[in-house]
Amino acid sequence: MKSPNPFWLASAPPTDKQINVERAFRAGWGGAVWKTLGEDPPVVNVCSRYGAAEWNGQKLMGFNNIELITDRPLDVNLAEFKEVKRAWPDRALILSLMVPCQEESWKSILKKIEDTGADGIELNLGCPHGMSERGMGAAVGQVPEYVEQITRWCKNYTRMPVFVKLTPNITDIRLPARAAKKGGADALSLINTINSIIGVDLDRMSPTPHVGGKGTHGGYCGPAVKPISLNMVAEIARDPETRGMPISGIGGISDWRDAAEFLALGSQGVQICTAAMHYGFKIIGDLTNGLSNWMDTQGYRHLEDFVGKALPNVVHWHDLDLNFKTVAKIDQTQCIHCGLCYVACEDTSHQSISVRREESGSSKIRRSIYEVKESECVGCNLCALVCPVECISMVQQETGIGYLPWSRHPQNPKFKYGGNLTEKVKDAPYKGPKSQG
Amino acid sequence: MQDSIFCDFKPPLNSQTAKIEASRCHYCYDAPCIQACPTEIDIPSFIRKISNGNLRGAAQDILSANVMGGTCARVCPVEVLCHSACVREVGEGKSVEIGLLQRFATDQFFEGPPESTQNLFERAPLHGKKVAVVGGGPAGLSASHRLALLGYAVTLFEARSKVGGLNEYGLAPYKVTSEGVQQEIDWILGVGGIDLKLNCALGTDVSLDSLRTEFDAVFLALGLGGVKKLGIPGEDQPGVFEASRFIEKIRQTTRIADLPVGRSAVVIGGGSTAIDIAIELKCLGAESVTIVYRGSEEKMSATLHERELARTAGVVICTSGRPVRILGNASGVAAVEFERTDRNAGERFELVANQVFKAIGQTLAVDAEVLRSIGLKGGRISVGNPGEIKPFETAIPGIFAGGDCIGLGEDLTVTAVQHGKLVAYAIHQSLFKEKSGDINYGRSHLSNRRGEITQSFLAGFSTANG
Ligand SMILES: Cc1cc2nc3c(=O)[nH]c(=O)nc-3n(C[C@H](O)[C@H](O)[C@H](O)COP(=O)(O)OP(=O)(O)OC[C@H]3O[C@@H](n4cnc5c(N)ncnc54)[C@H](O)[C@@H]3O)c2cc1C
Ligand SMILES: Cc1cc2nc3c(=O)[nH]c(=O)nc-3n(C[C@H](O)[C@H](O)[C@H](O)COP(=O)(O)O)c2cc1C
Ligand code: SF4
Repeated sequence: MKSPNPFWLASAPPTDKQINVERAFRAGWGGAVWKTLGEDPPVVNVCSRYGAAEWNGQKLMGFNNIELITDRPLDVNLAEFKEVKRAWPDRALILSLMVPCQEESWKSILKKIEDTGADGIELNLGCPHGMSERGMGAAVGQVPEYVEQITRWCKNYTRMPVFVKLTPNITDIRLPARAAKKGGADALSLINTINSIIGVDLDRMSPTPHVGGKGTHGGYCGPAVKPISLNMVAEIARDPETRGMPISGIGGISDWRDAAEFLALGSQGVQICTAAMHYGFKIIGDLTNGLSNWMDTQGYRHLEDFVGKALPNVVHWHDLDLNFKTVAKIDQTQCIHCGLCYVACEDTSHQSISVRREESGSSKIRRSIYEVKESECVGCNLCALVCPVECISMVQQETGIGYLPWSRHPQNPKFKYGGNLTEKVKDAPYKGPKSQG
Repeated sequence: MQDSIFCDFKPPLNSQTAKIEASRCHYCYDAPCIQACPTEIDIPSFIRKISNGNLRGAAQDILSANVMGGTCARVCPVEVLCHSACVREVGEGKSVEIGLLQRFATDQFFEGPPESTQNLFERAPLHGKKVAVVGGGPAGLSASHRLALLGYAVTLFEARSKVGGLNEYGLAPYKVTSEGVQQEIDWILGVGGIDLKLNCALGTDVSLDSLRTEFDAVFLALGLGGVKKLGIPGEDQPGVFEASRFIEKIRQTTRIADLPVGRSAVVIGGGSTAIDIAIELKCLGAESVTIVYRGSEEKMSATLHERELARTAGVVICTSGRPVRILGNASGVAAVEFERTDRNAGERFELVANQVFKAIGQTLAVDAEVLRSIGLKGGRISVGNPGEIKPFETAIPGIFAGGDCIGLGEDLTVTAVQHGKLVAYAIHQSLFKEKSGDINYGRSHLSNRRGEITQSFLAGFSTANG
């Protein structure tokens, strides 16, 4: 599957209609996953639908919705889809689908979309609200057996590539990923939104967004969810059972750097929803320009040059070097004397920063001088993270002693009990779907 | 009426811009801005409360340290106080707008419903001790409020028909409005326990001796009501004004158009009063306004910011000129003759003027007889240094003084408020010595850049401050 750039719009309101998708393509988006289609009659949506977590004046740090799949008739969507695909043959255009968990339902919708010219289909097995209560979306995505089953039905009834979109509302993301692979999926998309209550209106005493004073759990996305998604992408990309499967990374991507991080952890492309809903389609210029400038400065000519490049460095905690040591160093020439490093370390970490009031100085205000007590510093990063002017660096120390992982550490209880505990900790094996039918 | 001519020089923040500005505060540990505030407001805490929508809490932080937090937010020379210390000023040359944020928090608070503004602080039950406070300016009001909170029955004697002192009669109309000042005063007095005696002057209507016998302690917060003389020929002719008296007229008149404003004015002085009158004259329509200061510009006590403000308003600042005489003609003042004080010393020059304003400082105005017994130093009431055993206490035990009438501060509203607060504690300390450990001072006091005043003073209360 080809697209002019790795940035696609995720299946959501930005891809709801011909008019949006064409505006997006004109702006330069590489592809789009059409807003999820279902069986007729179409669903009915409520008013209001969205809520947001704001942080320190920053809007939409997290975004939440209680919207359902498309609320327009299937034939209207399909007619528009076809026209867009015909007008924009170089863009990747994917159809997202969600129907009840019955072979007949999937078979019949796949038939209806056969001649749309879609580059692929994406199975929405992730929507955590509204549809899951009807036995669709996350309700099936949380059961690996269903994931495998539906994927297999789809592979049977269409020759189009099948993306399976995973729900993060599950303890171990590898299980549905393995199931999708077993069912024959060509690619995985993740993540869909996370189950959430975005807030409580304290005047109405109702969850937000409220519908006449009542609210319900919704799906969480936007910048706040990126770390969760990055981990899930890495888990799947590292898992011996799913390693090498194409991944479309989704969740909180707002700029080229976010996208590059997803690619470095093994996604082949990315999908974006919230950032577009916040700023409009114009951000595509910033995304492609940022990524290509970064690639130029790094000497990467193709995405493949760095896709998955960070994966070998994602290891199990047990394999980290316990002899690696850094200590914080404060650049006194840049320090603005806010004291945040000091109070963070003193109150909540290792009491490794000293403070003294400046002795002299022309100003009447005596500044406090903060210095790291190197022998106490455990190299936790907290001071450097809270420093508002980034004048603290973590300096690597020459310890002179070699690599020492936990498995060989003298404090590891395995030496006490004689056995190798770490070897006993194995992932619960996934046994495949139960007997069919 | 005033508002239309004297527009707000620094427009207020709204709830959105306040949030954005508040997010710039780093919430410093041992924040230098607190050190720089004479009343030691816990600035990072009140700013954080603006961020998280707890505006009443923000007002509490401000007003517990400074009952005139609303006025101070407008009139403090922040550029030499909190703003100059802000780490953002140090780091990027642009301080957090502490003054505007403080104004936002206090404005929001005072605009709130009465059930929110009343009972912000609760008075301790009366314990029977009585204090006389003489003078209802910032120092007197601040002390009265704190004393009332500490359970005293306070009687406030004010010579004029209104309290407020220079808040009411002196502060520039482009910084404060009388309604705002009045609202703040009403709120301060609303705490209760303060018996107001207006039109009652120490020296004429009531004697120091009677106050001493009737009350457990007396606080003199008289300000500086007198004016200095230039002592040059022509000073007494019509058209020569005392700047602070003229400002008082501006602040009190109901018919601003009736104020006599000439075409060209010369202001003599180099402090903030000179700046204020000059800008106010410009607002009132004077064509040319020139401030003449006797020393170099760096020696002026007006801050750089104030000088810039004046220049932006079209005021000319002329330095190194000492007035020699004021020339007049049949219709009044015609010009002022100056002598140069710089390297061309002795050289003379004349400036044409229809009006001359003297802004060369104020003096203690109270009958010298009354004050002789308590002792003066440099024309101000002499008190025990804060570091000493009897802070703010005069030579006569039980009589305290603070604000502009003593020589310890910088003659700012905010220092007067701090003096009032500290005097309340000093009185409390002297009357309840053995129980001083029980005094609740609110938040603990960090040392202050006026360390001379508060740090050592509070050392005496170290048990309470923990
Ligand atoms: C023109 C001008 C502009 C200023 N601008 C600023 C500014 O922008 N920012 C700033 O921080 N400061 C400013 N100041 C300084 C500030 O106003 C004073 O420092 C502050 O008001 C001092 O407070 P106080 O309580 O000591 O005295 P005052 O405010 O002078 O109050 C003294 C009170 O005592 C009363 N009183 C006097 N004698 C008697 C008596 N015998 N019996 C009973 N009552 C008596 C008076 O009527 C008055 O009400 C300005 C001052 C002037 C003159
Ligand atoms: C309002 C809204 C509606 C959505 N509708 C769908 C949908 O119909 N089908 C689907 O697969 N995902 C849907 N999503 C999830 C997004 O496609 C995407 O997976 C998620 O928002 C994470 O990406 P982001 O952080 O860039 O927004 C929706 C998201 C939002 C905000
Ligand atoms: S110095 Fe500036 S940044 Fe630091 S607490 Fe004070 S206002 Fe905030």
